[in-house]
Amino acid sequence: MPQFEAGTFDVIVIGAGHAGVEAAYASAKMGASTLVLTMNLDMIAFMPCNPSLGGPAKGIVVREIDALGGAMGKVIDKTHIQMRMLNTGKGPAVRALRAQADKVLYQQEMKRMLEDEEHLSLHQGVVEELIVEDGEVKGVLTQIGAIYRAKTVIVTTGTFLRGEVIIGDLKYSSGPNNQMPSIKLADSLRELGFDTVRFKTGTPPRVNSNTVDYSKTEIQPGDETPRAFSFETTEFITDQLPCWLTYTSPLTHQLINENLHLSPMYSGVIKGKGPSYCPSIEDKIVRFADKSRHQIFLEPEGRNTREMYVQGLSTSLPEHVQRKMIESVPGLEKAQMLRAGYAIEYDAIVPTQLWPTLETKKIKNLYTAGQLNGTSGYEEAAAQGIMAGINAASRVLGKEEVVLGRADAYIGVLIDDLVTKGTSEPYRLLTSRAEYRLLLRHDNADLRLTEIGHTLGMISDERYAKFVVKKQQIEEEIERLRKVSVKPEEAVQTIIEAAGGTALREPMKAADLLKRPEMKYDEISKVVPPETACTPDVAEQVEISIKYEGYIEKAMQQVNRMKKMENKKIPEGIDYHAISGLAKEARANLSDVRPLSIAQASRISGVNPADISILLVYIEQGKIAKISG
Amino acid sequence: MQFDTIAAISTPMGEGAIAIVRISGDEAVEIADRLFRSPSGKRLVDSSSHTIHYGHLVDPSTDETVEEIMVSLMKAPKTFTREDVIELNCHGGLVSVNRVLRLVLQYGARLAEPGEFTKRAFLNGRIDLSQSEAVMDLIRAKTDRAMNVALNQMDGKLSRLIGELRQALLETLAQVEVNIDYPEYDDVEEMTIPLMIEKGEWVRSEIIKLLSTSSQGRILREGLSTVIIGRPNVGKSSLLNSLVQENKAIVTDIAGTTRDIIEEYVNVKGVPLKLVDTAGIRETEDLVERIGVERSRQVLKEADLVILLLNGSEALSPEDERLLETIRPMDAIIVVNKTDLPQQIDIETVKQLAGQKHVITTSILQDEGVDELEETIASLFFGGGIEAEDPTYVSNERHIALLHQAKTSIEDAIQAAEARVPIDMIQIDITRTWELLGEIVGDTVQDSLINQLFSQFCLGK
Ligand SMILES: Cc1cc2nc3c(=O)[nH]c(=O)nc-3n(C[C@H](O)[C@H](O)[C@H](O)COP(=O)(O)OP(=O)(O)OC[C@H]3O[C@@H](n4cnc5c(N)ncnc54)[C@H](O)[C@@H]3O)c2cc1C
Ligand SMILES: Nc1nc2c(ncn2[C@@H]2O[C@H](COP(=O)(O)OP(=O)(O)OP(=O)(O)O)[C@@H](O)[C@H]2O)c(=O)[nH]1
Ligand SMILES: [Mg+2]
Repeated sequence: MPQFEAGTFDVIVIGAGHAGVEAAYASAKMGASTLVLTMNLDMIAFMPCNPSLGGPAKGIVVREIDALGGAMGKVIDKTHIQMRMLNTGKGPAVRALRAQADKVLYQQEMKRMLEDEEHLSLHQGVVEELIVEDGEVKGVLTQIGAIYRAKTVIVTTGTFLRGEVIIGDLKYSSGPNNQMPSIKLADSLRELGFDTVRFKTGTPPRVNSNTVDYSKTEIQPGDETPRAFSFETTEFITDQLPCWLTYTSPLTHQLINENLHLSPMYSGVIKGKGPSYCPSIEDKIVRFADKSRHQIFLEPEGRNTREMYVQGLSTSLPEHVQRKMIESVPGLEKAQMLRAGYAIEYDAIVPTQLWPTLETKKIKNLYTAGQLNGTSGYEEAAAQGIMAGINAASRVLGKEEVVLGRADAYIGVLIDDLVTKGTSEPYRLLTSRAEYRLLLRHDNADLRLTEIGHTLGMISDERYAKFVVKKQQIEEEIERLRKVSVKPEEAVQTIIEAAGGTALREPMKAADLLKRPEMKYDEISKVVPPETACTPDVAEQVEISIKYEGYIEKAMQQVNRMKKMENKKIPEGIDYHAISGLAKEARANLSDVRPLSIAQASRISGVNPADISILLVYIEQGKIAKISG
Repeated sequence: MQFDTIAAISTPMGEGAIAIVRISGDEAVEIADRLFRSPSGKRLVDSSSHTIHYGHLVDPSTDETVEEIMVSLMKAPKTFTREDVIELNCHGGLVSVNRVLRLVLQYGARLAEPGEFTKRAFLNGRIDLSQSEAVMDLIRAKTDRAMNVALNQMDGKLSRLIGELRQALLETLAQVEVNIDYPEYDDVEEMTIPLMIEKGEWVRSEIIKLLSTSSQGRILREGLSTVIIGRPNVGKSSLLNSLVQENKAIVTDIAGTTRDIIEEYVNVKGVPLKLVDTAGIRETEDLVERIGVERSRQVLKEADLVILLLNGSEALSPEDERLLETIRPMDAIIVVNKTDLPQQIDIETVKQLAGQKHVITTSILQDEGVDELEETIASLFFGGGIEAEDPTYVSNERHIALLHQAKTSIEDAIQAAEARVPIDMIQIDITRTWELLGEIVGDTVQDSLINQLFSQFCLGK
């Protein structure tokens, strides 16, 4: 194949999945000339699994991406078929938004957004090789011999590396949904010396909605209140489509048990490690044998299709068993299966080979993001994508690197977990992975991250100005409520009692009154009205900040303590094997991860407090004696 | 955590009349300030560096005065550790020093690991570089040893019990988490507030039970705290000297010789005793002596065993009767001394007032009956007469401090639940309780929650 020069860019992004699109969008927005090379332009931001975005932790990530100036929130706001706020009965820390997506519309909208972006070029092409000289990436080579040169390259090839689809005992080389697998690029990465692991994930069958008997299911409508992920969205979709709930039957369980020997999971055909939080239905029935039924959600894949996603029935059993399984579910007796469920095995790179910026340690200016790094999920991919995009562009533009902390964002938790601890199965974000989830809320994502997004040039001045006003209003209103007293007057008592509270005996500060569990900002604002009414956004912040002040303070104290350890930087190039006193396992793991701070070091498995002490001593010694490396 | 505030008793145990509790770290002044009351009302946080303050240490939860105290306040960087340092000088002997330390730990400090002050001094550049290798070895050895000791110290029953508590908390947490992370799964039982309170109360009561054994735990490590009481001049100091077989306490024929508490460690027939001689108890005008008497009453409260001395050569006085009354609920031995002198005391009345308790007659002067007293102490201890053989001991100060903190945080959780605070806030304190208990058994791995989540519940697409 003759090779030719095809162009030079600041940043090249390989792949236009959820990681790739955010990476490219961010880097272009920051002003770096950006090229996206992807296999198939009709598959941009394709959702190979469930047609939904958000949910606990993940939904907050979408908000965070939006606060940084990313794409996901804006696109889903325009293309969803239903939205729901989850956990409304619980506290503010765990509220989260989830949207059902119109898959095709989502892809089209994302594609158009990228096409409209000034510094961004989209191009269809299959990358086969990374061009690396002297430990630095210089560009990429495609299938047709085109050489693209760039200062930085971001690889976001998802589940495509040596992908293999498995249904029953059938196993064939393929990307997700029968797309081409990436074999040469996988080889190229391994030749460059990257360690890889084999992971597995799966997806359930799809059925034709016209053949579902909905009378046997329960309807699951969206919220009536208009919702949006993006802080910029002003127009809301009101015409929503419902989802439907049904259950497995005893027959389903019997079928699975009888056919277990045909499952590639149990016959040994599948070797990759699958996620424990996404077990296939055969897994669930084996592991939780005493459960008589499991939930099945039927989710429309879009407005212009009859295809329904059958959530809860993820499987890699042979197709004829899948058909019988579907027919055993109430409401699906006559359902026509459009596609069979399948499992896919693929190569992922061991993420401890990355710096917290997502640059690889082995090859300078090369970044990786998304499922390739051992995660699973659209939001997880997008989160890494935006950070890789920001850091690659920053490198080119001579700006400072951006690493979000565990107390700044779920994005920070995700990336820190990956690069510090690695992962033994596809990694999914859960709220319980965050130490400070009270600080990492859906509602305050903008307060946490807009500043950064604006500094990077990803948030417009106009949006930023609005943000500053909001922030100021929040502060002023909190201040006011702390100062103003509520007196036990009749009008006041009526409001309090109407809210189910006990009457005031003596005057109290409005802020203290708001701390009572039954009191809401709405009532307080009636009792002591502000000069100009607060927007619901501002009111929400005021209420949360005051109501949960004690908890927030406690969390902040912990954060400050951790920050001190975070600030103890570990100089580069330490030879851990030369430090006497470190335990053997600690030496090995520290050498692998090469933590940047004492805090990060303390999170590495196998590194115990004694090792941290010794490390501190060593660093201190190095500093005093000006020894380095 | 490397940069938190640490505390420890910095004088060797049992040596010297003054013991110092040293606190070092950012929150040192704040913590001391919470516990300290000066007569002038001046607060430590408003005081300047390198000053000494007189006042009282109080337990803020009860407002009860624990100890008369001198506080040295030294702010960074001109201190041993180059951090803010507070030294609490306590005069009250080991018992009250331990109380002071415990309060300091309860109010935010962490018990220092062995050698940790030195380590900090080193890290903050106070100690000579040439010693670094040695220091590293020391840290390795000490930290590892401290951990091993802590673990070995715990008998299987304690770690099993802590394990059970943690498992219960973990299951509760997993259920809260699953409701949060998978709200659509309606077939998972919702963790309700009453259920949470119920679990919380159970954990709380178990922790309290454990803590109540902590005084027994101390028996093993520090000896059975044995307090000698009685009216002035009955021969208390003489008894102490006789048991120790040395002249530790000053003996005179002047009533009120002993004005403060004297502690001695002695092994009596295989029983480790921490003997405490006290000022003779009576209403007294002498101010200094009265402080001593106050302390004697205090010490009495914390005693594992009381030896009440009566003077056989005098008739039973109302004070004696009051003392007999005071010790009624305690483990005690009654000793009628000075049998070499003409006897005035009505021994039958004494026996009647003593109830089930042993009554022994001695002449300490002529060394008669002391052996019988020793036998009685030993038989009480080994025969279970003194409550000391429940095998679940919490004997380590670090464990005790952690249990106290765990108790506080589970109480916070219960209180929050009762105030209808949202479940995910309550969860913060439950998680903290789980972590604190984990520190006792040396296990704080976050991942176990996530593993629990997926093994306990059936989730997925
Ligand atoms: C069968 C299946 C089931 C799944 N189930 C779940 C689930 O239950 N829950 C969940 O959260 N997530 C699930 N996922 C994962 C989710 O789809 C991914 O996490 C997410 O899409 C990853 O985004 P990404 O950008 O990293 O990769 P992808 O979205 O896979 O995008 C990769 C991109 O790289 C391009 N590409 C690949 N190789 C090359 C090359 N050589 N040259 C140029 N372009 C290339 C592709 O064309 C594509 O655009 C599943 C995925 C699959 C395939
Ligand atoms: N005759 C006789 N005298 C004794 C005996 N035991 C102690 N004494 C004397 O009683 C006096 C007081 O003894 P201490 O031991 O000082 O008494 P104490 O109870 O400590 O008195 P305080 O100083 O008030 O605490 C001393 O003169 C002792 O020698 C005894 O068994 N027989
Ligand atoms: Mg005496």
